[in-house]
Amino acid sequence: MAINLDAKSPAGDLKDKWNKHKFDSKLVNPANKRKFTVIVVGTGLAGGSAAATLAELGYNVLSFCIQDSPRRAHSIAAQGGINAAKNYPNDGDSVKRLFYDTIKGGDYRAREANVYRLAEVSNNIIDQMVSQGVPFAREYGGYLDNRSFGGSQVSRTFYARGQTGQQLLLGAYSGMMKMVSKGKIKMYNRREMMDLVTINGKARGIIVRNLITGELERYAADAVLLCTGGYGNVYFLSTNAMTSNASAAFRCYKRGAAFANPCFTQIHPTCIPVHGDYQSKLTLMSESLRNDGRVWVPKKENDPRKPADIPEEERDYYLERVYPSFGNLAPRDVSSRQAKYRYDEGKGVGPTKQAVYLDFADAIKRLGQETIAGRYGNLFEMYERITGDDPYKTPMMIYPAVHYTMGGLWVDYNLQSTVPGLHVLGEANFSDHGANRLGASALMQGLADGYFVAPNTVSHYLASTTLEKVTTEDPAFKDAEQAVILQTSKLLGVKGKRTVDDFHKALGHIMWEKVGMARNEAGLKSAIEGIRKLREEFWKDVNVPGDVGNFNLELHKATRVADYLELGELMALDALERKESCGGHFREEYQTPDGEAKRDDENFAHVAVWEYTGSNSSPIRHKEELKFEYLQLATRSYK
Amino acid sequence: MSSDNTFSLNLKIWRQKGCNTEGKLVDYRVDQVSPDMSFLEMIDVLNEQLVRKGEDPIAFDHDCREGICGMCSMMIDGKAHGGFKNTTTCQVHMRLYKNGDTIVVEPFRASAFPIVKDLAVDRSSIDKVMMKGGYISANTGNAQDGNSILIPKPIADEAMDAAACIGCGACVASCPNGSGMLFMGAKISQLALLPQGQPEAPQRALNMVHEHDTLGFGNCTNHAECEATCPKGISIEHIARMNREYIKAAFTYHEKTRSE
Repeated sequence: MAINLDAKSPAGDLKDKWNKHKFDSKLVNPANKRKFTVIVVGTGLAGGSAAATLAELGYNVLSFCIQDSPRRAHSIAAQGGINAAKNYPNDGDSVKRLFYDTIKGGDYRAREANVYRLAEVSNNIIDQMVSQGVPFAREYGGYLDNRSFGGSQVSRTFYARGQTGQQLLLGAYSGMMKMVSKGKIKMYNRREMMDLVTINGKARGIIVRNLITGELERYAADAVLLCTGGYGNVYFLSTNAMTSNASAAFRCYKRGAAFANPCFTQIHPTCIPVHGDYQSKLTLMSESLRNDGRVWVPKKENDPRKPADIPEEERDYYLERVYPSFGNLAPRDVSSRQAKYRYDEGKGVGPTKQAVYLDFADAIKRLGQETIAGRYGNLFEMYERITGDDPYKTPMMIYPAVHYTMGGLWVDYNLQSTVPGLHVLGEANFSDHGANRLGASALMQGLADGYFVAPNTVSHYLASTTLEKVTTEDPAFKDAEQAVILQTSKLLGVKGKRTVDDFHKALGHIMWEKVGMARNEAGLKSAIEGIRKLREEFWKDVNVPGDVGNFNLELHKATRVADYLELGELMALDALERKESCGGHFREEYQTPDGEAKRDDENFAHVAVWEYTGSNSSPIRHKEELKFEYLQLATRSYK
Repeated sequence: MSSDNTFSLNLKIWRQKGCNTEGKLVDYRVDQVSPDMSFLEMIDVLNEQLVRKGEDPIAFDHDCREGICGMCSMMIDGKAHGGFKNTTTCQVHMRLYKNGDTIVVEPFRASAFPIVKDLAVDRSSIDKVMMKGGYISANTGNAQDGNSILIPKPIADEAMDAAACIGCGACVASCPNGSGMLFMGAKISQLALLPQGQPEAPQRALNMVHEHDTLGFGNCTNHAECEATCPKGISIEHIARMNREYIKAAFTYHEKTRSE
């Protein structure tokens, strides 16, 4: 099967592309909009803002979320902030600089036209959110306040204490609630998407499981928007929520939506370290802390002293040393790698040694405890609740953890996947962050896609496509539903000895060790072999108790882990084939003498796009070449 | 991880198959509890034991496990989220307990929150109250520049205090009247403090309060249990502001101008 990887980037000057594209797009007449139904899966920043905006435009929206309320989607946990090129601080920011920082931050593996548009609409997001009553931090004059994030030398991050994601999500949620009350959004809570239904090659509906009753339900529509987030939970331990999962996207992949750059995973440098085998998830400590916190380790290996007993000259403030111009605000991939190097050198701290210090003593001395509490109070409290240590008195201990996935379903400039009618928004797509995402850019992308991009491009799709009348009685719905029923009874029928979490932890261990912060050919090959073996064991020995009805949480987990066991292999395969280092993908064979990522622009300045070919054959790797017309490919340096 | 400081607990957990069946407290014992575990990780350990024995694991709601999504609930020893200051259940850590303790775990109980299964309840009534006005009607595309609306820092900060609500429903579960006035008051207060919220302020107060009462939430009689257990430390001052908004609207807002 040939897949079409035409990115559809509009011709013309970068600055005019989006405006021109909007003008060239077909419109749906206001009176006709109510004749169309759009499915939106997921209610995070991308899904929530898209559902609200499409409903405001007049479309009938069916919205699905896995939690008991759309307000709980994991965007809510984003702490630090959202970027925009407002240049309120007058420090030299511009749309072009945000565009440049994002392309460079992504190590030149993202598409220029998409990223420029993202930077362009970033300012509208702030305005929209203010108008919805989001209480962004203000200065005494009443103006919006900004702070800095990694990978940029300007202050362009808007924030609401350490709860920016929460406030933005509640803004999008409030817009949704308004449209639910007007009857334009039909809300379906506690539903999990089990499959995509395609008819005549177009996405025309979904099969979902009602998680409470266990029943399968069919929904038909004229277009499907997938806004289901990333796949970080493949690693078992990540900063994602417990129900954040890859299944919706992965089922779409199996239905013909190509998967791009699956190996691009972001390992965030500032998380609370792992403390035991029972651990269920990892907690992020916002990158904003690196505005005032200094990262260090003892200069001596295996130094047993308490941090307070280690004198200044025996500390290695390694980010400040290695990257003098960006210092503690070096980007995430770079900072994580440096933390790993310190661990490898035997300079890690804490009981497991898998930790480095993030120290606020200097900032408290300079600014006073009250100022620091005002900036990060809730984060400090959270840290103390989890670890029992008071970060006002002793440095925090942090270590990298899986946080975000830049890879995702391939989309063109219209955010449409290789399946016509299936649009993919937010973290679920691959489009804007290349091989590494900058801090405070995920919120920006989710809302850009949902508020400003998809409403235009989905309208164009609906206006320009012949859509036959489809009902849920169509055989395609029945077939998709049957496949889910079959898989479910297979899972329940194994009745083996190991729990779902046993398998998930075993997979997570392989992924973290071999497809984590540093990868190499031998490790990746053994990861692929290990995952295949684990997958076989899973289908022979997993124990899923109970039956399909009655809120069976083990069954829900089992269906997700079954998909992780395939996606994990695809990630390893993609990492094996990308014989270069870039951003979060670090291949040990390809590095500079001082341990930085060494890109190979000649052979790998492309998006790796994987096509599913069936359960018994290998996926096919296609390429979308990346052309850099406006920026020069350059070595990414933060020194 | 050091294994020497682990301990054992006795749990009495509410088991109920579904909304319309009877439930009861069932005794469980969990060994090897580490002080660094979260409360939910301790329940995970128990559930793994149950699954290995082929028994039905305990259903409970949870998601982000970092205290912000509002999905986790549970009455722990009679208190919503365990009653620890500014803490959700997922952020309760086992170092707060000691060897041999008996802990009673029940679902949030309120007439507006029917039980789904075991410790999971249906809180969609919170969304229903929000639908009646917990928003500013600002359609996408209308917005003026963010800095054209100046908001004094103390006002923005107070609005943020109210906006911190995670919609968990602890206020309802801990109120003797099953009142939702704290979560609702927080939203009405947040939007009443901000200039953007003014045009719809009267309808908002009237419609949300009406919906709240219709859904079976009780009235506020100033027990302040809600403030004491709110994991985000939201003050009942926001209920007071809601009451002012409601009275103002009831006296000055005329039926004929009401939109719905």
